[in-house]
Amino acid sequence: MAEKAKGGLEAESKGLIVLSVILAIICIIWVLPMVAVVINSFKLNTFVKTETFALPTAESFAGWDNFIKGVTLGNYNFWLATWYSAFITIASSALILLFTSMAAWYIARVDSIFCKVVYFLCIFSMVVPFQMVMFTLSRTATQLHLDTPWTIPIIYLGFGAGLAIFMFVGFVKSIPLEIEEAAAIDGCSPVRTFFNVDVPMLRPTMISVGILEIMWVWNDYLLPYLVLDVEKYRTIPIFIQYLKGSYGTVDLGATMALILLAIIPVIVFYLCAQKYIIEGVAAGAVKG
Amino acid sequence: MAKSLKANSIRTATRKWCWLFLGPVVIAFIIGFVWPFIQGIWLSLCQFRIVSNAEFVGFDNYGKVFSDPQFVYSFWYTALTAVVSLVIINVLAFTVAYLLTQKIKGANLYRTVFFMPNLIGGIVLGYIWSMIFDGFLSAFQTSILTDTVWGFWGLIIVMCWQQIGYMMIIYIAGLNAVPGDMIEAAKIDGATKMQTLFKVTIPNVMPSFTICMFLSLTNGFKLFDQNLALTGGAPISGSPSIAHTQMLALTIYNTFYGQASNARGTAQAMAVIFFILVAGMGLAQLAYTRKREVQQ
Repeated sequence: MAEKAKGGLEAESKGLIVLSVILAIICIIWVLPMVAVVINSFKLNTFVKTETFALPTAESFAGWDNFIKGVTLGNYNFWLATWYSAFITIASSALILLFTSMAAWYIARVDSIFCKVVYFLCIFSMVVPFQMVMFTLSRTATQLHLDTPWTIPIIYLGFGAGLAIFMFVGFVKSIPLEIEEAAAIDGCSPVRTFFNVDVPMLRPTMISVGILEIMWVWNDYLLPYLVLDVEKYRTIPIFIQYLKGSYGTVDLGATMALILLAIIPVIVFYLCAQKYIIEGVAAGAVKG
Repeated sequence: MAKSLKANSIRTATRKWCWLFLGPVVIAFIIGFVWPFIQGIWLSLCQFRIVSNAEFVGFDNYGKVFSDPQFVYSFWYTALTAVVSLVIINVLAFTVAYLLTQKIKGANLYRTVFFMPNLIGGIVLGYIWSMIFDGFLSAFQTSILTDTVWGFWGLIIVMCWQQIGYMMIIYIAGLNAVPGDMIEAAKIDGATKMQTLFKVTIPNVMPSFTICMFLSLTNGFKLFDQNLALTGGAPISGSPSIAHTQMLALTIYNTFYGQASNARGTAQAMAVIFFILVAGMGLAQLAYTRKREVQQ
């Protein structure tokens, strides 16, 4: 009996080893595209297409040339695009976090007819695809002079409010009212109650929502492309899309160098905040 | 009674601050969503190139949409892409999630790697893969821009690479929530691993399946960035000319901003139909999850 159990255990651990090997192989395949980006960012343009999967040789090695060439490709400075991307992402996410949490708290606590209407519209906006409003939204933004990186966060707040409010309302409803009553009895105004009592408790949800918004805004292409004046202002996705649009032949080596520059911050951000990102994504998926 | 009085007085005190709490969001929401949405519905009933010259034509635009060969083609192409990617993504994501919950060493590392592509934006993703596909296809003297079959499967591969890690996370959460003693009981009763998987584990992660299937279906229907960056709809051929790898979202975009921009009314009508389609899926999911919650 004991021997049989032992045999079973051995077979099981053997099975686990086989599984580990299979998973390791899939993992390597999974990172290959990124490895290809790294390899090709150091290759001369003519070799990218013919020797895509080979390591750079003495003949095809381009050193840092691709990076130097890449940052001014498309007659636009890549670092400027990075700055706009960073600013828009951080400003929009901050704006969304602050104002939607306030609105969600008010909606959950006051629950008037007006609140119900706003909440319903928020949920409704979650199922509306961007194409439905893209033309009219970009027109409205131009009319109201919201077509700069400094004002586009307002558009993001409006279009992204749905999911954020939905997630916040769900959480606020689970906070017991007694805590706020105690604060009110101690003479705390509603505004202070929200910021000093509720916000600390909302922190986990804020991180989840924040991560979702950051990932969305940073990678978003169509909304900033349609809203911003792209001759003046480009974000990273717009910059990269323009490499193909503006030239007949694209310098693939330089493009890969740029793509590498564009994904390095994302990977670093991911490795630093991995736990929160995965939790945030799971929370957003389950609720949205 | 006293309690509700207290709650009421707090509510009254809070109401004074309505402008502060709701004001910013409501204003931004009207600018960013409500007004564009209403205007969009109205414009789908008009013929226009510039909005100020919009001329009401009733449902004419909708008629044009359904007789537009590109729209009809893109609809079926999108549906096919969405369904094929749904099946592949979910089968693979569940398999990986299942393997990763088997007490494997380094499961966290694997999870990290599989999820990583999900953080890369659609445009960048499209360019990475167009380089890889072209590097590979150049050996066969072809390109992803000329080969419709590769255009299709290329997009599926890109979608898989991006979304499998995401769905895997949801499946892992579902699998971890399956009670351990249930699996244990099946084992004691002499169930094989496969029997346990199909009779105990899978029925218990059904909610995760529903979420992931709806998500990958709507993701497939709404796909835009990857489609634009990978093939941009190419190859275009035939008479009437059809962009053979152009999905719905890109079709709407091209109808709006393409050469024949007097077709903007038609484009807006396409957008409304697209919205009804995607919203329908979203509401179906909501209704389905609600129903299940009631049953539980």
